[in-house]
Amino acid sequence: MARPVANVSAMGVAKTSFSPLAVRGPSWDGRFTVLILFLPPALLLFTLFVVLPIGEAAWYSGFNWNGFGKPTNWIGFDNYRFVLETRAFWLALRNNGLIIAVSLAVQLPLALTLALMLAERFRGAVALRMLFFMPYILAEIATGLIFSFVYDGDYGLVASIWRSFGAEPPHLLASTDTAMLAVLIVVVWKYFGFHMMLFIAALQGLDKSLIEAARIDGATRSQALRHVVIPLLYPTIRLSVFFAIVGSLQLFDLVMPLTRGGPADSSNTMVSFLYNNGISRMRVGYGSAIGVILFAICVTFAFTYKRWFMRDE
Amino acid sequence: MPLDPAVLLKALFLALVAVFVLVPLLATLLGGIKSLGELRVNPFGLPRQWEWQNYADILFSARYWQLLRNSLIISTLTVTLTLLVASMAAFTFAHIRFYGSSMLLSYLTLGLLFPAATAVLPLFIKVRDLGLLDTYFGVALPQVAFSLAMSVLLLRRFFKDIPYELLEAALVDGCSYIKFFRYVTLPLSRPILATVGTITFVNSWNAYLLPLVMLNTDALYPWPLGIMVYQGEYSSEWHLILAFITLTAGAVKG
Repeated sequence: MARPVANVSAMGVAKTSFSPLAVRGPSWDGRFTVLILFLPPALLLFTLFVVLPIGEAAWYSGFNWNGFGKPTNWIGFDNYRFVLETRAFWLALRNNGLIIAVSLAVQLPLALTLALMLAERFRGAVALRMLFFMPYILAEIATGLIFSFVYDGDYGLVASIWRSFGAEPPHLLASTDTAMLAVLIVVVWKYFGFHMMLFIAALQGLDKSLIEAARIDGATRSQALRHVVIPLLYPTIRLSVFFAIVGSLQLFDLVMPLTRGGPADSSNTMVSFLYNNGISRMRVGYGSAIGVILFAICVTFAFTYKRWFMRDE
Repeated sequence: MPLDPAVLLKALFLALVAVFVLVPLLATLLGGIKSLGELRVNPFGLPRQWEWQNYADILFSARYWQLLRNSLIISTLTVTLTLLVASMAAFTFAHIRFYGSSMLLSYLTLGLLFPAATAVLPLFIKVRDLGLLDTYFGVALPQVAFSLAMSVLLLRRFFKDIPYELLEAALVDGCSYIKFFRYVTLPLSRPILATVGTITFVNSWNAYLLPLVMLNTDALYPWPLGIMVYQGEYSSEWHLILAFITLTAGAVKG
């Protein structure tokens, strides 16, 4: 039963029991106040800086516009055509694909193997866990700079290994053949520890009696691993795959200090391609079209994945 | 006792990965204490001559402290605003039933789906039109907006676990919702507020793209931008750059 709303009028809001928001409960003294004071800041910020810009990206992508004044030069879907006709865009897309492939084929198996080894208790296990997790804590920019030193053709570690064999050191980041490979190695270095930690957490939460039961029933260690432990880890593996793919699609901070997407666009990701074309040169329509394409890929992936693989969670 | 080959293999594998992780980190740490000439001939070993001057040059430069100050201001602004705005929204979602509540919550959750990069151009224009370009708020407000989804979800989960009886008793005793929020919910939620705050702080502290787009003045740069500019200026003076990285990356953990 609704009582008169004293607090509401105190807040200077019209005294009415016909709230369009239909607050329910034994009494709604003060609830309406909370509702109109506590929710709007979050909704406003989120709408203004997250949702609207996505919509505006779709709108701007229809214009040939440099970002100054009002957009007037409507060109329809031409920006999308220009993007899709650019070879560099397909290179960037391919590179994001490569990052995803390496994440799934190298990084996650490595993380899983290490987690299985380090989930057991032995001297040094905790120290190793912390060591392997350290690259993840390091900022992406710092990581990128550290590796641009490692790869440096004059002062770097790779160069000195080369010189010790008497060979002329390569400039890995300056060659279109090797730049992307060099980036991929950094990606593994930086992120495998994060996935390892996810797996260790999951392993420690497992019901040990299931594994013991399998062992008592005569399963070998590897059989127990393959048929009991790994299946029990599936929810975590699915989550890990999800993080790996979403993260790979957004990669930017790591690429900038290493190569800035170069040489000759050979190591661009979609975000660095967007930055180099849309923002550096303020080609707003063109850049927005790239943003919309990236958005579409992310959202499509997220929904498909949730639907196909994470139905129970 | 003969060594089990499986154990040996395992140890070897772990050692290999440890080397893979450790070498770049150690090289950075030690490289900052070498001279440039030594770095070239001796990139792996301990410094033959310890060049502490590299560190001193950076620690005594106004620029270094300015970068840290800017980072601190932006991150503190972001964390404070995120915690305030997100906890208010989470409180509403946790304790007040109203028409459209679940719809609005899913609307906020959408924020988890896409990266800030997809909308960074319109975001830049919006921030420019609001007159916030080249201000700390121009960086902080979008960062708050993008951290809201995760923060509201985590906080709401926690707020819901605060017993309803507590709220009811407080209301019967004449406490208002807002007072309950201020004097009961927030003090009870310190652990989760600390968690959300830490995640937001680290994300903001390390952020590169948003500050890169929103700031034009060197004097306002947070450290990831500053260190990139520094690397551009001292392009192959790796001993200084490595010392700089050690000092700033160390500051995150310290």
